[in-house]
Amino acid sequence: MPATGGRDTEGALINVTADTHALTPIEHSPMASLAHDVRGGISNPILGMILFITSEVMFFAGLFAAYFSTRANFVDVNGVKEWPPQEFASILNPFSLILVATVILIVSSVTLQMAIWAIRRDDRRGFLRNMAVTFILGITFLLLQAYDYSLLFHEGLTMGSGPFGTTYFTLTGFHGAHVFGGVIMLGVVLYRGMSGQFSSRHHDAVEAASLYWHFVDVVWIILFSILYFL
Amino acid sequence: MATHALTPATSTYSRGRLYEWLTTTDHKKIGIMYVINSFVFFLIGGILALVVRTELAQPGLQFLADEHVYNEMFTMHATIMIFVFVIPMLAGLGNYIVPLMIGAPDMAFPRINALSLWMLPLGGLLLISSFFTGGTAAAGWTSYPPLSLDGPLKSPGSGQDLWIVSLILIGTSSILGGINFLVTIFKMRAPGMTLFRMPIMVWTVLVTSVLVVMATPVITSALVMLFIDRNYGGHFFDPFGGGSAILYQNIFWFYSHPAVYVMILPAMGVISEVLPVFSRKPLFGYKAFIFATAAIGALGFSVWAHHMFTTGSVFLPFFSLLTFLIAVPTGVKMFNWVFTMFRGQLSLSTPLVFAIGFLTMFLIGGINGAFSASVPVDFALHDTYWVVAHIHYVLFGGSVFGIFAGLYYWFPKMTGRMLDEGLGKLHFVLMFIGFNLTFFPMHQLGLEGMPRRIADYASDAGWNDLNLLATVGGFTIAASILPFIWNVFISLRNGKIAGDDPWEGNTLEWATSSPPPPYNFDHLPEIRSERPVFDARHGRSGH
Repeated sequence: MPATGGRDTEGALINVTADTHALTPIEHSPMASLAHDVRGGISNPILGMILFITSEVMFFAGLFAAYFSTRANFVDVNGVKEWPPQEFASILNPFSLILVATVILIVSSVTLQMAIWAIRRDDRRGFLRNMAVTFILGITFLLLQAYDYSLLFHEGLTMGSGPFGTTYFTLTGFHGAHVFGGVIMLGVVLYRGMSGQFSSRHHDAVEAASLYWHFVDVVWIILFSILYFL
Repeated sequence: MATHALTPATSTYSRGRLYEWLTTTDHKKIGIMYVINSFVFFLIGGILALVVRTELAQPGLQFLADEHVYNEMFTMHATIMIFVFVIPMLAGLGNYIVPLMIGAPDMAFPRINALSLWMLPLGGLLLISSFFTGGTAAAGWTSYPPLSLDGPLKSPGSGQDLWIVSLILIGTSSILGGINFLVTIFKMRAPGMTLFRMPIMVWTVLVTSVLVVMATPVITSALVMLFIDRNYGGHFFDPFGGGSAILYQNIFWFYSHPAVYVMILPAMGVISEVLPVFSRKPLFGYKAFIFATAAIGALGFSVWAHHMFTTGSVFLPFFSLLTFLIAVPTGVKMFNWVFTMFRGQLSLSTPLVFAIGFLTMFLIGGINGAFSASVPVDFALHDTYWVVAHIHYVLFGGSVFGIFAGLYYWFPKMTGRMLDEGLGKLHFVLMFIGFNLTFFPMHQLGLEGMPRRIADYASDAGWNDLNLLATVGGFTIAASILPFIWNVFISLRNGKIAGDDPWEGNTLEWATSSPPPPYNFDHLPEIRSERPVFDARHGRSGH
């Protein structure tokens, strides 16, 4: 063996193993278990995803801060302090296609949660069915958003239409990009699920993807409320 | 031996060594590559600094073509030093040492760790590629709009865009690394390694990672907005388009002030490992140090606007008060370090010498920073060479001396060979003298009103001698790097064999071989304090 532990003269040694909380010596532990911590509590991938979502929250916090700051300071060319600007006064109508898209995204969170509950009780058929529905709903949201963008372009609202257009497309655009990322995650989970990789004991990837999808959903609800109602 | 040794099946690689290094997920190899990559960019950034100093040696423009080229030089110098050298270098040291210190076999996400690494040379190369594509970013490392916006008198061309993209890449690498560190520290500790038995280095990396995960995405948002303004006709930051230039400064500093702690906290961690070992004493006030670190991290989020006192759009008393408050936990740490050495059995090896360099220089950096925290003083000193002196006493006198202390301290662990002590001390002496020659005169220049970021100055302003002195100092620093490179080169070939524990260390990395095996440990000593290897060596008699 390599020259290690040369100074461990006290004799009170324990093996490096993380598969138990016990401090008593454990012998002949497989090295494979070293890489995994199963001391209980939150698993590594889930904790990693939660921290990643934390960083995403801060990213959106930056964008939202910019939105509110821009909105508070906005004065149009005629010196009128009004938001949305007069030329786009009624362009963002919440009771339109965007409401359908919002409902679709919320429903997708519900179906995803149903998929989670299904895989937790080893109901793979129910899991796959709900995952597939979620995946399709996610794509539908993206298509609706793209269609909505084309309508707005048609009515003359673009990235260059003053601070109003810039903030609208930046916020919804980055949200859309995150939905796109989430759809890819869902696709991977669905594909892996179809090849039978998940069970009630082993589905960290599903849980992590669902956390991310719920996060994206919550961001949209906040975004929708602020952009269309506030 | 009280237990059976684990006999892991170490697979033998049939592929070449280069292929193995390029595809490795071993945190130690990744850490070493972080260090090498960062050091290469340190040299590039250093050459840019010499260009700046050469131009400033005398009044008038002698060396560079025009002021714009000068702007490019100091912009790239600062950007490279901050984002591609100091932050990744400390992340690299952490990458190498944190899993070893907590008795883990690797980081929590080894493949994401490799991703974090490889984004760095990519980002760095994108950044310096702008030298060959029509000019680099030239709006300073802060890239304030409207200067950094697209326009004939602002920043046309791709240099600024490459700067943005490169910083987003490097920031993403940081975020992934921070998440990796946090999960590793929270989930991968060896049995018995409770949070309050973790080495200080691990604690500082923990707090740093929280800062990275919470703050770096915020600058990413500022950068994407800047990119949108430049390329897609956005109106976030252009005052003439309904945007706000101050908005950028707020978002930028919300990251960039915590980033200062990202650059200093792990260096403080290094010092806190080195001082106890070479003073033959435990760290004075272990828990106080941890709480001070956490306090610096928390306060770090509430002081960003002290960079913006003179904008007239921030609440001065609040940010001034909180900035002064940061001096309290920092003072606690100074106390910890000084009393760790007090009545210790000092062995003046190179790591300790660099650590003492850190203590003294960082103290000056803290004191001259306190001047700038005072609003009326800051109004006089803002954007003068005083600020340049301050930032270098903190980031060079602090972080860089800490980095070298860490490199000299852990080089035996990384390579199995000792570095030469004589060359190490030569390195220190040259660097210490050069550093003070370069940056101490800048205090005086700042007080005399010399503004930063200028290529030329009036010959009758009385700044000639001090500028020449600073330039001489700059080249002395450059010269000090040569013995270091030579030292590494000869020590890798003929250095003294280090053995497992050449310094009689305290923490777990010294309980394994040098260099450690891929899986890190065959055995761990019992962990009953923050100094498990000390305990194993001395038993209860040590307490």
